[in-house]
Amino acid sequence: METLTYRFENGMRALPPQPRVIGVVGSGNLEVLIESTPQGGACTIDIKTAAVGFGATWQAVMQDFHDRWQLMDASIAINDMGATPAVVSLRLDQAVETMLGATP
Amino acid sequence: MNNDMRSYLESTARERVERLFDAGSFVEFLPPSSRVISPHLGQLDAPVAFDDGVVVGRATLGGQRVFAAAQEGGFMGGAVGEVHGAKLVGLLRRAAADKIPAVVLLLETGGVRLHEANAGLIAVSEVMRAVLDARAAGVAVVTLAGGSNGVFGGMGIVARCTNAILMSEEGRLAMSGPEVIETASGVEEFDSRDRALVWRTTGGKHRYLLGDCQAIVADSVAQFRQAAIETIAACCSRPTAPGLAELEQEHAMLGERIVRFGAMTDPLDIWAALGIEEPAAIPMLDAAQFVAAASAHRLGGR
Repeated sequence: METLTYRFENGMRALPPQPRVIGVVGSGNLEVLIESTPQGGACTIDIKTAAVGFGATWQAVMQDFHDRWQLMDASIAINDMGATPAVVSLRLDQAVETMLGATP
Repeated sequence: MNNDMRSYLESTARERVERLFDAGSFVEFLPPSSRVISPHLGQLDAPVAFDDGVVVGRATLGGQRVFAAAQEGGFMGGAVGEVHGAKLVGLLRRAAADKIPAVVLLLETGGVRLHEANAGLIAVSEVMRAVLDARAAGVAVVTLAGGSNGVFGGMGIVARCTNAILMSEEGRLAMSGPEVIETASGVEEFDSRDRALVWRTTGGKHRYLLGDCQAIVADSVAQFRQAAIETIAACCSRPTAPGLAELEQEHAMLGERIVRFGAMTDPLDIWAALGIEEPAAIPMLDAAQFVAAASAHRLGGR
């Protein structure tokens, strides 16, 4: 297992208070827990992944995600079992859309 | 997609809970945000889930107050670890304490989570005790079995400790799973890759004919919902605790099964012995046709 954490400052989009969980921790899949938490306008992402050594890929996928949504005061936690970058992006979008009922 | 068409088999545990109970009525206990995770999986460097693979809470079903649990087959095959089991036990105990009329268990599980060894085994035995204690306290406990992982191992026993089991043809219910039997006793005893044999032996239709489940429905969330409403009403109209007469009847039925079918090696032979005219046609019938062909021939239904 590998633990990765990211923090993106100066978000602009706030989330409603009800936390949501999307996806299942199964092979090639992941779960995303998304919550509204005060953190000085930042969005933090904590990842626990079974696929070790893909930090650079995660960094790129998380940066893309933040560029799309610009979340503020958001806490995202991920339990991953080897999902591909495309699946990760889709699950993250699904999590935000479920919370907001909106698309970017 | 319209709810009538939704496959129960293909839904996740959370989707099942969302769609099976009255819209918007489900309130989760210990939701993922409370992060009550397995204390064992991390030590083994294995992934955890924020709900430990089971969703528990309260809801209404056709207006009736119920408690509900749904196992997620996608996380470790729905296997029961220490936390997962404790959530089921807590739910059942609170249902008994609060005099909730019914608990609905949406089971999908391979049984004990072997990673958690004795903690998982103890958890499953505690779930069995909690089911029987809830029944003794007047709570009807109903099992739904329609997930792709089936209901196996100790949780198969848990299911048979409940008041009633509802299955789809695709659902499976047994003690040892097909691979376990093949590994322990050889491919001559049981070929786990023979899908037709596996479903003939453990699938919903065989369970219905042998009297192990009380109802069989098509693979849709709406059908499971309707059957659950009817079954809970029936279970609540009589004593929920297993009485001595019922247990003796159950033992007599199991004894009769061994005498009549013990030497047979394929469920097709058993179906023929039950008086089914065309046993080979049974696997191809849809749920309604099957019930019409089978209901007059099935064993006691408990």
